Amino acid sequence: MNTIEVRHLTRRFGAFVAVDDLTFDVGQGEIFGFLGANGAGKSTTIRMLCGLLRPSSGTARVGGIDVGSDPEAVKRRIGYMSQRFSLYEKLTVDQNIAFFGGIYGLSGDRLAARRAFALEMAGLRGREGALTGELAAGWRQRLSLGCAILHEPPIVFLDEPTGGVDPLSRRRFWRLIDELARGGTTVLVTTHYLDEAEHCHRVAIIQAGRLAALGTVPELKQVFAGRPILEIRAPRPVDAMRLLDTLPEVEKTSVFGTAVHAVLRSAETPPGEVAARLGSAGIAAECRVVAPSLEDVFLDVVERSA
Amino acid sequence: MRKLAAVVVKEFRQIGRDRRSLLILLFVPAFFLLIYGYALSFDIRNIPLAVEDRDRSSASREVVSAFVNSGYFDLVATIAGERDIDRLLDEGAARAVLVIPAGFGRDARTATPTSVQLVVNGDNANTATTVVGYAVALIAAVSARYEVEARLASPGGPLLRAETRVWYNPELRSTLFLVPGLIAYIAMLTAVVSTALSIVREKEAGTLEQVRMSPVGPLAYVVGKTVPYFVVSLASAVAIVGAAMLLFALPMRGSWPLLVGSVSLFLVGALAFGVLISTVAETQQVAFQLAVLTSYLPTFMLSGFIFPISSMPAALQLVTYAVPARYFLTVLRGIVLKGVGAAAFWRDLAALAIFAVVILSLASLRLRREWSASR
Repeated sequence: MNTIEVRHLTRRFGAFVAVDDLTFDVGQGEIFGFLGANGAGKSTTIRMLCGLLRPSSGTARVGGIDVGSDPEAVKRRIGYMSQRFSLYEKLTVDQNIAFFGGIYGLSGDRLAARRAFALEMAGLRGREGALTGELAAGWRQRLSLGCAILHEPPIVFLDEPTGGVDPLSRRRFWRLIDELARGGTTVLVTTHYLDEAEHCHRVAIIQAGRLAALGTVPELKQVFAGRPILEIRAPRPVDAMRLLDTLPEVEKTSVFGTAVHAVLRSAETPPGEVAARLGSAGIAAECRVVAPSLEDVFLDVVERSA
Repeated sequence: MRKLAAVVVKEFRQIGRDRRSLLILLFVPAFFLLIYGYALSFDIRNIPLAVEDRDRSSASREVVSAFVNSGYFDLVATIAGERDIDRLLDEGAARAVLVIPAGFGRDARTATPTSVQLVVNGDNANTATTVVGYAVALIAAVSARYEVEARLASPGGPLLRAETRVWYNPELRSTLFLVPGLIAYIAMLTAVVSTALSIVREKEAGTLEQVRMSPVGPLAYVVGKTVPYFVVSLASAVAIVGAAMLLFALPMRGSWPLLVGSVSLFLVGALAFGVLISTVAETQQVAFQLAVLTSYLPTFMLSGFIFPISSMPAALQLVTYAVPARYFLTVLRGIVLKGVGAAAFWRDLAALAIFAVVILSLASLRLRREWSASR
């Protein structure tokens, strides 16, 4: 069963097309990743799905409700959290929970139970009276998530939820997301951390408002079937790259940290041959075939759709 | 309703937490009351006066003593010629010089029209105007007495004597005049500036976006946000009147319910104006500047708070009709100083109501558009 159904969703701002003809489905309990550069249209899409922005054309059904015709009903069924962790920094942990519980219409026993849940989840039990603004980013992030799901929404939108948070907190945060999804909550998350996308059941890559690729991570990596990736470590990577670009066997190159990745046109080309070519040009290089990373996929997809 | 309550409680907590705003809301009114009450008095006393008495009669001495005994003038010099007038005024030793012509005593006794000359330093127009006002009043009083005496000496003829009496504020204490203006001023500060800033602050922090994602409608949100400021402003207004009654013996001649009702009406318009500003401004700086330019300054300058509207240029007088504090001041002065009922100033109340309705509609229109920034 699909919780989110997007059909030809388009949003224009004047002549600028921010979101261009998106079509995809998200199933219940799925963690759906939205990958794209800044300004690719991720946030605009989320804002339309949350009922905050009206689509220029196309439709989106969230929890079975059309966002264009009944945005208010959509808002009751979703939780939303953004990278800004939009809590009131001058209020205490408890006061924030009371406020967000209140605006979602919670009270009495239910509010008490959900408050306990949020405190537990954020690891803030015993720090209810602390000022939110004085918490470390990781705690604020988890409290922010707790406040966004106080009303137990079946669908949760996370707009770059892990910006500015240390790696340990990010890992802990993703464990919470996994738990939510296992409990049946549908999660749509945007990110530009490619390693985080590995946590997603499926990933959509957005480029200039268009859907450039969609699938599970292994499916996405299939674009490199028959096009092995060589990792080349050389003392002068820039010279190595310049030379590699002239070889007929090499489709394209890109820098990966201190190494160079070269995509070969055919799986037939032995890596030793490339190393030999480099060696004859006076560049002592170390070449080996590596499995494509999501970063390779992302760059490849973005380049080809641009 | 529960959602509204959640917003109200949160806003009160935020006001309580925000030391700076709380300080502004609580202490600025008290500060201004003290400044305006004690320091910024428009009454001028002890004006240095020089006298050139060319008559040297008992009548001329009587005029001089009338000036000195009034308490407004201090006799600093008696001079002999015109050159001394220049010198004293140039040096600033005297602000005013009274010249009594020879033959003044004789003319006074026989009720022949005569005149005295008053030379006033006009470098500060306001002070000069006040000095002239005092002098004219004093001379008129002396003149009236001579007139009466002369008429009594030669019987017959009607006795007509102008007797001035200042109502509502018999001592012409400017404090009494200022307190109503102060209420308007502070109401503008808390209602317009605080409301606009508190909403724009949420825009900047991103919490507004978070709230917009929730099922709280714009109405519940804005009402919830403004109710605390309404309560604070109203309490502040009542406190000012109370403090002025205690400190400056302000007479509260009218009815308290009428006062609270009028202040509330004014506040509704002011709060709506704050909301309107918040829908236009994206940053707190812009909101603050907009609020100061469009509400705070006009309230200060164009409401009749300090500068009388009747002495403004005609074009500026027209502008004052768009300043709600103008009507509010008339109402407040009517209630506090005159003790009159609503019948006396219903036009001003109506103007305030119109202002409130117009601004409320504009604000809710803008807000609705912003809230669902979608079309």
